[in-house]
Amino acid sequence: MSLRLYVAGNGPNSSAARANLQTVIRDSDGDGPRVELEVVDVLKDPLRALEDGILVSPTLVRLSPRPTVRIVGNLSDLDTVRFALGLSS
Amino acid sequence: MPKSLERALTGIPGFDTLTSGGCPRDRTTLLVGGPGSGKTIFALQSLVEGAHRKEPGIFVAFEERAKQIVANAACFGWNLPALQRKRLFFLDAQLASSSIKGGAFDLTALLAGLSAKVRAMGARRIVFDGIDILLSQLDDPGAERREIRRLYEWLNESGITGTVTAKTDGPDPSVSARYGSLQYLADCVVELDQRLESGIAVRHLRVLKYRGSATSSNEFPVQISETGMEVGAFLDDTLDHEVHTDKVTSGVERIDSMLGGGYFRGTCILVSGAPGTAKSTLAAVFADAACRRGERALYVSFDESGDQIIRNFHSIGLRMEKHVRAGLLLMHSARAGARSSEEHLLRIRAILHQHRARILIVDPLSALPNAITPGESYGGVERLINLAKREGVTLLATSLLDRSDPVRESTVIGVSTIADTWIHLSYVIQGGERNRALTIVKSRGMGHSNQVRELKLSASGVSLANVYTARGEVLMGTLREEKEERDRAENVREQRDADTRLRDVEASIAETSARLQALQAELKGKVSELANARKEHSSDAATATSRLNERRFLRGAEKTSSTKGKSGRSRLRLG
Repeated sequence: MSLRLYVAGNGPNSSAARANLQTVIRDSDGDGPRVELEVVDVLKDPLRALEDGILVSPTLVRLSPRPTVRIVGNLSDLDTVRFALGLSS
Repeated sequence: MPKSLERALTGIPGFDTLTSGGCPRDRTTLLVGGPGSGKTIFALQSLVEGAHRKEPGIFVAFEERAKQIVANAACFGWNLPALQRKRLFFLDAQLASSSIKGGAFDLTALLAGLSAKVRAMGARRIVFDGIDILLSQLDDPGAERREIRRLYEWLNESGITGTVTAKTDGPDPSVSARYGSLQYLADCVVELDQRLESGIAVRHLRVLKYRGSATSSNEFPVQISETGMEVGAFLDDTLDHEVHTDKVTSGVERIDSMLGGGYFRGTCILVSGAPGTAKSTLAAVFADAACRRGERALYVSFDESGDQIIRNFHSIGLRMEKHVRAGLLLMHSARAGARSSEEHLLRIRAILHQHRARILIVDPLSALPNAITPGESYGGVERLINLAKREGVTLLATSLLDRSDPVRESTVIGVSTIADTWIHLSYVIQGGERNRALTIVKSRGMGHSNQVRELKLSASGVSLANVYTARGEVLMGTLREEKEERDRAENVREQRDADTRLRDVEASIAETSARLQALQAELKGKVSELANARKEHSSDAATATSRLNERRFLRGAEKTSSTKGKSGRSRLRLG
């Protein structure tokens, strides 16, 4: 599974998203697919976020497998995140 | 608080006038309004204006897709594709409907991206169109307020001219907390609205807030036409128009002479009258005369198409189509009921500017008030006249009035009081004929004839007939022709009579002088007779005195009584 997380530096929502995503990935370890994660800091590469159509931060994109899935927010709703990514707890 | 904010022109005619130069520069303007009220057009038009002024701009589209917005704006002739390549950037900012909400989020990513874009293209203006769409997706009033604040802070820090549009959900936008904070943070708040009036969609604009500026908070009519948005903000115009002293011909020589040379340039001429009294004809000859001297004219008609009108004038030998072909005359026909009178006015103004017309014909003006709501009708006409005056355009408007009493008609339509020249046409029935009569009811700033004239239409054009009055009435038509005929016969007779009279007098002079000679002779005779008579009389008296003295002496009178005798003699002489 290929994921990309867009964050805005260490803002509260972005920090939370990082932590929440780590939790989701760790919980699914063992029985889930291998996860490749790329983190894009929109403050460091702002034009890239614009080109990728990222409006709000944080935004998590599942690039593969298809279809592309977008989850916006700090990922605090862990069950929704797992369900959307197709991961088990 | 700043004493006076710098302005950024919006390129929206009327709005820039109303706000003395547009939106506050490098500040944020909030546009609120219901669906279809023109928020997007307003925002985009001001962005385009900026681009034309070498101020690159960014359009962030939250609601509609950018492609759709560009396509919608194609009808305005703003040439967006060319501008897009250089100075305009459209950003699609719709949250994909497939996005899953997995917790709280903020606009940091978007704003960071936009900061980079602003720097990269040197943007001076930015539009956030449909911010309400994004905010509603936050699903949390606290988050909404926080993100609104974030957006405004970003706008302040970036130091560029911002426009934020938001849809209002209720009739009063200030009740909603969302708009409360939006309005509070903005330096300028403009409310747009669309509603139905007498079955016609009417748009209005109101400036609710303009920091550091006394801007009218009245409601102004808005029109969206092929050139974009326009605001009818000529309501509050001052009356200090440039006064012209040169005159323009009415196209009818004798009307010119009645007016002392023609109409004053830049004034308003009202031609009123019953149907068929040749109001349009008078308008056409005026336009024709203007085109002949190379001036541009705009003919706005409400009843008929331009082609139809031009064809009608063939009967009086007017070939208006050649002026149309030469690009001097523009015929614009409109259906009175299709728009509000405000919209008509705005459209007329737009065309007037485009065509650079010096002469404006509105035929008939009375079609305008019919199309608007009560209470507004009068203002529309007034504004048209004001507009023409400010532009130095000579306006000739016709008005359909059926009654025969011009004074009563004047109350029907208030135009006559603001018109500078008022010509009234009517039918006069005389000797079983209907003839067209022309009266100049008033003409400001010039002496004019008050007499009623007969207006004659023929294949060679329009003219006024000679004036004949009989028992206080002007004779027209056949009666006038008869009178002309009678006058010719009378002239011959008068000439003959005059000759006779002359001879009579000559004869009488001869006779009198003969009589005078005779009388002089007689007089001479009488004078000599008188002289002779005196001579005789004095010798008789002397004889009588001596005889008296002799008688006294004979009666023994003394010598001393000679004095008595003297007096007695004198008494006698007197006797």
